[in-house]
This record gives sequence, C-alpha cells and structure tokens, in this order.
Amino acid sequence: MTVYLPIAEMTVHALLILGMGCAVGFLSGLFGVGGGFLMTPLLIFIGIPPAVAVGTQSNQLVAASVSGVLAHWRRGNVDVKLGLVMLGGSTVGTIGGVLLFGLLQRLGQIDLVINLSYVFFLGLISSLMLVESLRSMLRRRARKGGGGKLHNHTLLHGLPMKMRFPRSRLYVSALLPFGIGFLGGVLVAIMGIGGGFFLVPAMIYLLGMPATLVAGTSLFQIIFSTGIATFLHAYQNHTVDILLAILLLAGGVLGAQFGTRASGRLPSDQSRLLLALLVAGVCVKLAIDLFSTPPTPFGIEILNHVMVVGT
Amino acid sequence: MPGRAATFAQAAAALMAVLAVLAGRIDPARAQPLVFDLSDHLIAISTAFTGTEVVAFGALDEASDVVIVVMGPPRRVVVRRAEPIAGVWVNRESLTFVDVPTFYGVATNRPIEEIASVTALERHGIGLEHLQLQPEDGTEADPDTVEAFRQALIEDMQRRGVFGVDIGQVAFLGDRLFRTTISFPANVPTGQFQVSAYVFRDGTMLTAQTSPLVVSKIGLGAEIYWFAQVHAAAYGVIAIVIAVVAGWLAGVVFRR
Repeated sequence: MTVYLPIAEMTVHALLILGMGCAVGFLSGLFGVGGGFLMTPLLIFIGIPPAVAVGTQSNQLVAASVSGVLAHWRRGNVDVKLGLVMLGGSTVGTIGGVLLFGLLQRLGQIDLVINLSYVFFLGLISSLMLVESLRSMLRRRARKGGGGKLHNHTLLHGLPMKMRFPRSRLYVSALLPFGIGFLGGVLVAIMGIGGGFFLVPAMIYLLGMPATLVAGTSLFQIIFSTGIATFLHAYQNHTVDILLAILLLAGGVLGAQFGTRASGRLPSDQSRLLLALLVAGVCVKLAIDLFSTPPTPFGIEILNHVMVVGT
Repeated sequence: MPGRAATFAQAAAALMAVLAVLAGRIDPARAQPLVFDLSDHLIAISTAFTGTEVVAFGALDEASDVVIVVMGPPRRVVVRRAEPIAGVWVNRESLTFVDVPTFYGVATNRPIEEIASVTALERHGIGLEHLQLQPEDGTEADPDTVEAFRQALIEDMQRRGVFGVDIGQVAFLGDRLFRTTISFPANVPTGQFQVSAYVFRDGTMLTAQTSPLVVSKIGLGAEIYWFAQVHAAAYGVIAIVIAVVAGWLAGVVFRR
C-alpha cells in the first residue's frame, strides 16, 4: 500500500513507515528513550528530505512524550517546578535553534551541522553510558554496598539564583536546569530528537536529581519543547508532514508496547549497556559517512518559488 | 435582427471557403504541417499516485522525423561542491542556476543523432547535453567551473529520475500519424509543463508546436499541502493537537 506524503512530496510504502515506527518504538519502549536519534537518520536514509525528517520527527515526538509521561504522572514521578524552569530554557533554545536551522539551510551547511551534532552528542553520551554501565555491572558482581556522599559539591553548585525544588529535594541554581533545558531545546530544533538521551544523564549527573523523577520530568519538558519546535518548523519552514507523522506514530505506539514488556526481563545495567552500544553504532556509522569520500562532491537543492519583494 | 444576419452570412462564407479548400486539395492535412496534442492536459496527483502516462499524438503533412520534448516547470537550483576540510566533507563553492526545468525528457522516432546535426540540436536546446542552463546574473565563476557545476546538476537530476528519463519512443502509424506514450514517475514535480513536438526533415527543423500540461496535486494531499502553505500557523497547531490526542489515547489504551 503506497501513500503520497504531501509535504515531503514523495510516495512511500505505508508498511515500510509503519514498520520503521514499530521497530524504533520497540527500542524506545525497551530502553525508555525517545528514539528520535534513530528515526531521523532512518527517515533521511529512505529519502525523506532532511528538513522534513527533522520537522516531522518533532511532531511525532509530541505524541510519544505525551503517552510516555502519562504513566510517570500517575505515579507522581514528575517534578513540575523543575520541569517548568527547564522549559523556560528549552523554549529559548528551541526558538534559537529553529532560527539557526533556517540560516544554516540557506548557507547549505545544515546537513553537515546535523551530522556533526549527531556524531558529537551520540559519541559523548554512548561513551559515558558505556563506562557507567560497565562500572555498575562490575559493582553488582562485587556486591559492594555503596556508601559515599549524597551528591558531590562541584563548581556548578556555586552558581547564583539558587532555587528550592522540594519534589526533587534539590537546592540548586535555577541557571542549571535552565541551561540544560536550553541545550535540550537547541537539540530538538536542529537534530529532530526529543533530547532525552542528553537530558536524562545531564539531570542525573549535573543536577543530582533522584533517578525516579528524571524520566517523567524530562518527558514532561520534552512535550513542550517538541511542540514549540513543531509549530516553528510548520510555520517558518513548512516542513511538518502530518501524514508521515501519523504513520510513524501508529507504528511507534504499537512497538513501544512490546518494547516496554520486553524491558521487564532485562536488568537495567544490561539494558543501558545495549543502549550504549546501539548509540555508539549509530555514531560510528555517521562518523564514517562524514569522513568518507562521497560518490560525488556535488549536491543540489531545488529552490521553491520565493517571492522577492524589492531588491 | 441585422447583427445576427450578418454573423450568419459570415459563417456561411467561412464554410464556403473551407469547402472550397477541401475540394481543391485532396489532402487537408497539407494545409498544416503539424497537428499535435496530448490525451490529457492535467495530471492529478492523489495520495495513491505512483506515476502515470500521457499520450502525445499528432499528424504531419509529409513523412518526417518527430522529436518530443517534455519540460517541467522552471526553478532556481543551487549546486554546491564539497571539499574535505580536516577529513570532513564540507560544502564550499556554490552556484545558482536559473530557469532549470524540473523535469526533462525526450522521445524520438529514431536515434536523435540520426535526425539532426549537433549544431541544430544545440540551437534548439534539444537533448540533455544541449540543454540551456544559465547561472544567475553576476556569477563570477570561470566557464570551466560553470560547466562542471552544470554537469553535476544534470547528473543529480538524472539520479532523481527526473532528467533524461526514458519517456518512450515516437511510433508512426503510416507516414503521417505519430504517437508516443510519455511516462511520468511518482516523483514528478508539480506545476506547468511544456510538451513540444519538433518536426525535422533532412536534419532541418521545419516546425514546432507546444502543448501545455499541468501537474497538480488533488484530494487530501493537495488540501494538506495547500493548508500547510497558506495557513501555516493553524497547520502547526493542528499537527500538535493531533499528536497530543494520539499520544494521550495511546497512553490510556495501553495503560501499564
């Protein structure tokens, strides 16, 4: 069954898109991540224009994070106050990111920047996760009870504008969650991802937030940042394909259910190790593309009618 | 009424003239060296569009060669060349071409090089290698660079399947009647196309005729595209609402 995507302006097999949504949904259910970092490259790989892939993916992520946050909300695992401070940062970051996206598009450097950011962030996160999960696996084997301080006092705790977050039992500078949100917002706009793979470790390691609240709070914040990104991509760049988003969504919802069920049988440190390897794999693939000689050094872009008023 | 009487008189005179011509000449087609049309002047792209075919047909007054050229709506096209910087391929030089047809296909009744000389083809811009592609005004690039970028543009459009497409062959029924089936791929660009028929005899172009063809989206796809362009803000809001509702439904239905 083929479907014509009105904004991407191409015909695709509906089953292929559903299947991709399902596969990525499975992984995101299994590992508890959004899966945007897998979906955006996949969409580009099957020929969706990168700008449409990023815009549509942000739309799909709104749905994914709404359904994801519900479960956390019921259990009370969302720190709304902290989430709102992060949201402030991510709103600024998303708006700036979408403007930057448009500028880079005109300069013809958007594909390069998307790829470079992927390689950088995926490389950074996967190596951090790899080290962390290996260490915790070793620790589990050694069965050493962990003592230590509640959290380490670093330079970050010297920042001004301290704020109390009772739900998370934190007393930190508001600039910290604001800054994390800001960077997350830029990632949403440029990379078409929710940014969970960046937000979650940042909230755990930089903020020292309780692990139980991290997933729910980051998802809560991602709903809004991906929503803003969707609106801006639709409004400024006309790059949100509703039909494509619906197909991805349908597959993703289904896949996520199986993924969540499967995740119950996988110890968390092993699942983190697998996720780290998966992220590292995508990173290596993109890095190879970046450095390998392309089949042709040329690339073309067909411009739409642009009404130029005056000169 | 005098007006109507006059019109009737004129029509009668015209009819008499036509009859006189027909009586005098046994072959009426001789009056016109080329008659040419398309089976369809509108290609409608619906959500299930997977490509389509249009028949181009016509009649000649004498046995000749026919070249049919299909050109998509013109657009500006940016060509960029990447160079390795510290091992990473980065786009550096760019050149913008104006009035680039977004679709280009040629059909002939025999190999084009047998029909006309290179000079003749070049003069009329027939065939991919003779296609006129001009960089925009104020371009300072030297001719070699322009040629390299031009070549890259053509190759890229060929890879996309919209340039140099094998749109079919011109078939003759007898000496005078010709037809060809033009196939359009699923990714055919939208807009105003020009389908031209050129008549060559002994390497010289005798006449040419152009017929318009509109490729347009219809149905749900067209509505969505139009809405996304014209009411971009509302479209963005609707996209978000759909996603929120779908996500909420999924979360409720598959309650963990």
